[in-house]
Amino acid sequence: MNAWQEFNKGIIKENPVLVALLGLCPVLAVTTTVINGLGMGLATTFVLLGSNIVISLISKLIPSKVRIPCYIVVIATFVTIVDLLIQAFSPALNKSLGIFIPLIVVNCMILGRAEAFASRNKLWYSILDALGMGIGFTLALFLLSAIREILGSGTIFGIAIAGNMPPILIFVLPPGAFAALGFIVAAVIYFTKKNKGAK
Amino acid sequence: MKEVLLVMVSAIFINNVVFARFLGICPYMGVSKKIATASGMGMAVTFVMTLATAITFLLNKFILIPFNIAYLQTIMFIVVIASLVQIVEIALKKLSPALYQALGIFLPLITTNCAILGVAILSIQNSYSFGISVLFAFCSGLGFCLAIIIFSGIRERIEDADIPECFKNIPIALITAGILAMAFMGFSGLVK
Repeated sequence: MNAWQEFNKGIIKENPVLVALLGLCPVLAVTTTVINGLGMGLATTFVLLGSNIVISLISKLIPSKVRIPCYIVVIATFVTIVDLLIQAFSPALNKSLGIFIPLIVVNCMILGRAEAFASRNKLWYSILDALGMGIGFTLALFLLSAIREILGSGTIFGIAIAGNMPPILIFVLPPGAFAALGFIVAAVIYFTKKNKGAK
Repeated sequence: MKEVLLVMVSAIFINNVVFARFLGICPYMGVSKKIATASGMGMAVTFVMTLATAITFLLNKFILIPFNIAYLQTIMFIVVIASLVQIVEIALKKLSPALYQALGIFLPLITTNCAILGVAILSIQNSYSFGISVLFAFCSGLGFCLAIIIFSGIRERIEDADIPECFKNIPIALITAGILAMAFMGFSGLVK
């Protein structure tokens, strides 16, 4: 696999949210507005990049029996960094993401990449993998949050676009999150099957 | 007494961990195909959640706050929870093989269940007392049980239903969860 494919796979083909269905808790919880969705996506990408770099560098030093706790400590360190940074620079984002910032540490996507990729590959490839997966995660969050914000509150990035159309409130509430993600995943499955059929 | 009742009803129905707080969605989607495994997972989560919240509460009160290192909360809690799960697994194996048989395979999965860490952090953010924290965790666990058992019952039925090819499995499960969440929203008027 060349470098471009390593980067590319996380964005569409192996998208962590839409195809692998990892890390669904933040995906469903924070996507009420596009800004929250993007903020969460970028924070997670930063943690993923940091942990992939460190784990790829130190994976030879860690005995394989205690590797999972070691990975978790590395990930938790980066989560703490992000948490403190967001608290310092964007109190509003901190307030709306709330408990889901510390919970990045248990996002199974990050531990999954550490175990399945970073611990077995060289630094350069791990960086590409983290960036690709992070962008894929952010894109999925952006897609879901855009749908929910437009339908649920009639705005995008906080700017009103719906005119006189009444917003469909259910989309910003929990049921809308589950249903919207369900339809997106169904669409992804439909198009992948169609593409395979065409080949 | 009123506070106790309020915390219980709120944790089980109104602010249900799955439907209102979006915690623990991975096991909720992953192990809800059969009622038997779903109830096993639910019990394991309730057990570990109660224990983990009790321990992290004491850790926060007697170590993190006195030494003024509250910013290490995330790291400390996740390490404690991860080791707790290991200890529980070993202890159950020795002390109660029957319970280990029932919960054993779910325990390793629980470390990365965000509901455990989430409830531990929430009970500290809400500045509950020790007793209320433990009760809150236990009832949140019951709420998770309730959600996953109802859901797995519905999923067993859906298995035989004739649904469009691309909606099979995960998409229809997500939409079902959405409808269930809507039903649970009906509880939100219970407590003002």
